[in-house]
Amino acid sequence: MNYAPLVFLGVFLTLASSWVGLVLAPQLQLGRQQEVKVEETSEVYPPVRPGLAQRGMEVYKANGCIYCHSQQVRPPGFGADIERNWGQRRTVARDYLHDKPVMLGTMRTGPDLTNIGVRQTSIQWHLQHLYDPQITSKGSIMPPFRFLFEKRKIGAKPSPDALALPREFAPEPGYEIVPKPEAKALVQYLLSLKANVPLPEAE
Amino acid sequence: MSTGSPSILRSFSPAYTEDVAQQRALLAEIDTSCRGTLLLFFGAAVVWLLIGTVFGLTASLKLHWPNFLADTAWLTFGRVRPAHLNAVAFGFASNAALAVSLWLLCRLCRVPLMHAWVANIAGVAWNLGVAIGIAGILAGDSTGIEWLEIPGYASPLLFVSYALIAIWGVITFRFRRERRLYVSQWYLLAALFCFPWLYSVAQILLILEPVRGVVQAAVNWWFGHNVLGLWFTPIGIAAIYYFIPKVLGVPVYKYSLSLIGFWSLALFYNWNGMHHLVGGPLPAWLITVSIVASVMMTIPVVTVGLNHHFTMWGHFHKLKHSPVLRFMVFGGMSYTVTSLHGVLLSLRSVSEVTHFTHSTVAHAHTGMYAFFTMVMFGAIYYIVPRITQLAWPSARLIRIHFWASALGILLYIVPLAIGGTLQGMAMINPDVPFLAPDKYSVVTMTLPYLKVRSVSGFIILVGHLAFATSFVWIVARWLKAARHRQASPTTSHV
Repeated sequence: MNYAPLVFLGVFLTLASSWVGLVLAPQLQLGRQQEVKVEETSEVYPPVRPGLAQRGMEVYKANGCIYCHSQQVRPPGFGADIERNWGQRRTVARDYLHDKPVMLGTMRTGPDLTNIGVRQTSIQWHLQHLYDPQITSKGSIMPPFRFLFEKRKIGAKPSPDALALPREFAPEPGYEIVPKPEAKALVQYLLSLKANVPLPEAE
Repeated sequence: MSTGSPSILRSFSPAYTEDVAQQRALLAEIDTSCRGTLLLFFGAAVVWLLIGTVFGLTASLKLHWPNFLADTAWLTFGRVRPAHLNAVAFGFASNAALAVSLWLLCRLCRVPLMHAWVANIAGVAWNLGVAIGIAGILAGDSTGIEWLEIPGYASPLLFVSYALIAIWGVITFRFRRERRLYVSQWYLLAALFCFPWLYSVAQILLILEPVRGVVQAAVNWWFGHNVLGLWFTPIGIAAIYYFIPKVLGVPVYKYSLSLIGFWSLALFYNWNGMHHLVGGPLPAWLITVSIVASVMMTIPVVTVGLNHHFTMWGHFHKLKHSPVLRFMVFGGMSYTVTSLHGVLLSLRSVSEVTHFTHSTVAHAHTGMYAFFTMVMFGAIYYIVPRITQLAWPSARLIRIHFWASALGILLYIVPLAIGGTLQGMAMINPDVPFLAPDKYSVVTMTLPYLKVRSVSGFIILVGHLAFATSFVWIVARWLKAARHRQASPTTSHV
């Protein structure tokens, strides 16, 4: 094989074939997918995330939550995602219409978060868990995100935002732990993670 | 071509003697022309290797010691881990790959590196891009896309410098004096050609003008898997095809096998990516196609493996004396292992268990470290003495490096592949709790394996320190000798 053009042409054609098959074809099949109207509530699914939750997505992205948490529910009979209560149904392409970037994830060092907004609705729980996972999930290997919180000297009266903490996690007397805006936004994002609207293609 | 110029295959043979002096002079000229550029790339590679190893070890420790360095935002696990990946993949591995490619192309085309300053500028720009990119990831600017975390303000720099080097490779090729192509050159041309295409498509469709929804995931893994398959893998194979026969002084076992190996790799590898999405929210046909292509990878892997194995046949005792050969053969064998392991992992029934577990991490390190990085180490041990015309200062350091890297990575891969599989079996069994501090749970059962991985990280770090010491030492000697030559020009020689 002494013809360089042959090598170039061959490599060009083979790579082009997979570009057509794995990039162009999915784009043609799914690129124009639209939202659906939910019959009972006449709301549109998937909804566009409100601003604060969208900012929380940036915090999720910046701190690499994706490296331990997936956002996809596998179909019944394939893995135990449904049995583990990670979702009522499998996830499908439509669930991710507004995600930029789509953070499906490839690792489950921690649980799947597709429906964390359905499973855990308490803001307080999420804040405590982020401040130190040991408070809510003893034995967890998730790192604490204390840098998303501020330790403040209590002023005239305690801040309404101050975190309720068990004694062994609480700061010294006279101080309080207050979530920074990033922490609040991140919790709003987590609460927005729901893929529980039934879709015909997910059955 | 009727000039009777010898085939490169034949010229590997020690029995081949035509005009040895002239040949040697040409090789020396080529090596000298590459020296500055290669030392720049290799030097940068060594620095990134150490940085990347420290990041990797930090990330590993954090997985079983969550409070370790937890109060600094830029050192949180989710930033250190992508910093590790980008430092080793685009810092270490790509610098080494570019340098080895340029040198191999010059040697095989029998031309000196022309206008080296262009390649030097590209090299500086590339490393600047990687440095800015990793600083950006640590600062929280990651794009959140696996394998493409480097933020948008650094990636154009990477693209431009890479394109410059690829064009340089093609120009070198255009002016080649040796008309016959050797198998390594096919792989190098393919790699240099594919990467800019992959990278620009991914940048445009994921970061500049993102496609809708899960189509992003398809583009992501088309890119992510092809970076391994069409950028690192071909360069690793090209190096093995060159260095094993070169060190042994024998031709490659079968030319026809190399042909089959090359074209089947080109045909099948680029269709593999979607096996990262088994069970995911994408059309089933897309994933099935990738699984089929992954299984077909058996063909290039087995042909290349057999070709290398039979080239080595009867020469295995030489492993004792040649560190280059030792690294190369370790890398070549790991290529076969990681690829066949990859075929297995792509199957739906296996993926159901191993997907989302540490088993994938073990697989990735078999490919990127046990195969590719070891091959690059071997190449560097061969090339640097030739471009500096100095011997490595310490054989012991090389021995320490080899054994620390080889045993370290085995201690990394084997327990983690087993632990990851057990983790997967626990995960698909709903009777095992996900997290329970005092009993068998998906999270806690992984801890012993994660700790062993950290131990292996320390061992690998020792090897890399030995390697870096060797490298700094030989460069220092060369600088000293260069100063000496300048001081007394009358004794100058080629």
